[in-house]
Amino acid sequence: MSSSADISRPKPARGNIASWFYVSPLVLVLVPFFVVPILVVLVASFLENDAYGGIVANFTLANYASVFTSALTWKLYLSTIKFAVMTWVLSLGIGFWIAYFLVFHVRNQLLAIGLFLLCTVPFWTSNIIRMISWIPLLGKNGLVNSALMATGVIDQPLEFLLFSDFAVVVAYAHQLTIFMIVPIFNAMSRIDKRTLEAARDAGASRLDIMRHIVVPLSRNGIALGSIFVLSIVMGDFFVVKVMSGGGSASVVSALFEDIAVLQYPPAAAAAVVLLLVVVVMIALILRTVDVRKELAR
Amino acid sequence: MSERIDTKKVTTAVDGEVAAPEGVDGTRRSILKGAAAVAGVAGAQAITGFPLIWSQEIKNIELRHVGVSYSVVKAIGDQASKDLGFKVTMQNLDTSASINRFVTQPNTVDIADVEGWQAKLATKRGVLQGIERKKIKEFENILPIFTKGELSGKVVSRQGISPYEAMYISKPDATELHEGVTDWCTFLPQVYNADSIGYRPDLIKKPITEWKELINPEYKGKAAILDVPAIGIMDAALCFESAGEIKYGNKGNMTKSEIDFTINRLIELKKAGHFRATWTTFDQSVQLMAAGEVIIQSMWSPAVAAVRVKGIPCVYAPVNIKNGKEGYRGWCNGMALMKHLSGKKLDAAYEYLNWYLSGWQGGFVARYGYYSPVPSTAKKFLSANEWDYWYEGKPAKEAILDPYGVAMEKAGAKRDGGSFVERVTNISCWNTLMDEAQYMNKRWNDFKVA
Repeated sequence: MSSSADISRPKPARGNIASWFYVSPLVLVLVPFFVVPILVVLVASFLENDAYGGIVANFTLANYASVFTSALTWKLYLSTIKFAVMTWVLSLGIGFWIAYFLVFHVRNQLLAIGLFLLCTVPFWTSNIIRMISWIPLLGKNGLVNSALMATGVIDQPLEFLLFSDFAVVVAYAHQLTIFMIVPIFNAMSRIDKRTLEAARDAGASRLDIMRHIVVPLSRNGIALGSIFVLSIVMGDFFVVKVMSGGGSASVVSALFEDIAVLQYPPAAAAAVVLLLVVVVMIALILRTVDVRKELAR
Repeated sequence: MSERIDTKKVTTAVDGEVAAPEGVDGTRRSILKGAAAVAGVAGAQAITGFPLIWSQEIKNIELRHVGVSYSVVKAIGDQASKDLGFKVTMQNLDTSASINRFVTQPNTVDIADVEGWQAKLATKRGVLQGIERKKIKEFENILPIFTKGELSGKVVSRQGISPYEAMYISKPDATELHEGVTDWCTFLPQVYNADSIGYRPDLIKKPITEWKELINPEYKGKAAILDVPAIGIMDAALCFESAGEIKYGNKGNMTKSEIDFTINRLIELKKAGHFRATWTTFDQSVQLMAAGEVIIQSMWSPAVAAVRVKGIPCVYAPVNIKNGKEGYRGWCNGMALMKHLSGKKLDAAYEYLNWYLSGWQGGFVARYGYYSPVPSTAKKFLSANEWDYWYEGKPAKEAILDPYGVAMEKAGAKRDGGSFVERVTNISCWNTLMDEAQYMNKRWNDFKVA
């Protein structure tokens, strides 16, 4: 952008046209498919509704008032954020170590890329199938319980394995760890390996190298991965619904129930609040890193 | 128009005559074949019976029948296309997605498959056009459940939104329902049933006839309940009423304090670990039961059959009304005409509605335990053995097959809950949309997140 402006400084008008031309595909997609729907939701959230799915064009703040004054809202956010944080910790832990292994321990670059592609294999199937396939594994009479009982480790099936918070987090971690691996792998690949050697020669321990070199230099990758994972979990309801056996709810599952009975304005208000919460979360993450620098590098 | 209808009448009469002797003949397979052949003949006749122009024009007509999977079935649409000579496309959505589509994108649907409460809602929103009663040939034979709100002289429950209550409007574009038969219908009932509890008789040694068993502490951690708020809360209400904890004014339209009581009790049960899970789709309920995750749960009739087909014993509890408690939760789906239908397409839609009540569909759905509003036509498409088993509640004389020809019951088996009349007159409430639906949903989410 800035370079094109520099070049065309004598004829700014044409430069502007050129820049507009460059962004037009994005604008053409974003305006009708993102900006307009969001505005519709925003407007709907300030309107009244009747009991039969009708939207009445009267301005009201009642939808927001009921979102903010309801104890249910806080419980839903608590529950959703709990899942988001647990998934984030797990996917970060696993994703970081996989990326670290691929970048620093696999000497052969071809092999590293091969293994990296292997990580993406589960994504060749739908994420619904990947989630559902946990059910026969974790059930009361599932593979895990059968194996544990056959070996005599337990004599009663472990019920917490399925239809529980545990099952929800397992399914999320399975689905979302790749979103951590990719950006962290990307960031780590750019670390000059000679830096690590120099540090080792200078007497730094493994922990020091990790703390002072690898983690800070992978920070951007971690931040990008975190944005993916957190925003996906915050906006999901299907995994929670299936894997908790309907025993848990999330912010989105609750507003989905409103839509099921055509209560659009309250659902719209809940959606706007969720959008703001996620935007704030992402803004906080972005404060810690310069993503633009990361992408431009 | 009239010429066409006459032709159809003749072919329908032929159907009946040919189907009956076929039915006596014995094995299911031959009956199925027979029925198909007869239907095929009827189809061919129906087409050749039309004036040439009509049969040319209808070829290009496509009707989109949209609704839930247990009511809008591809095999039925295929048969209708074959018999009628125009194309019927069946599209499945879940309950909430379908009502959302009917209301927000009415022009993408031709025939809306709605429950009573959805018919009421869609009527209020003005997305439907009234169905002209005179054009429905079998209307006189529709059971009094739908025309008088009674069956065999017994009043059918009006708790919740009964199909009778939601079925009539005073003029074609009315947005308010009308009590009692008029010339205009909001929707034409096509399939209905009475729901109760499914349980594993190998793991629960006593026969279950009361809803309170679903909340019996003995089955802690092995019970499940339906997680569609509007229906789930009625199942829960039946349990608490059965246990004598509360008496509801109208389980299908609770007051706020009744909702609070019900949800608070559900939360207590959940915190005590009573529910292993909740389920939202047919398949989930089958899996829960078949995988041994639960041994008792609120359930739908074909789901019980699906568990049994897997070789796992499962009983559909007969919960006849006693002492003003218990009873089945009834539901009914019917077809509604979207407002945009007109001209040839509207004519085709009426043809389709009439085809639906002419028996083939009634016979088809009977084989997984659902009922037709015109059993007299469905009977022609069922063998005597099937009729006795599904409608009369008598022991099967020979194996009972499902609609696709898979054996589901051995000779000697009896339908859980008994005959059609016994089951339907014991319905104590109908699927509903409460006046306090928004509050109820909110409280249901409290239960979910607790």
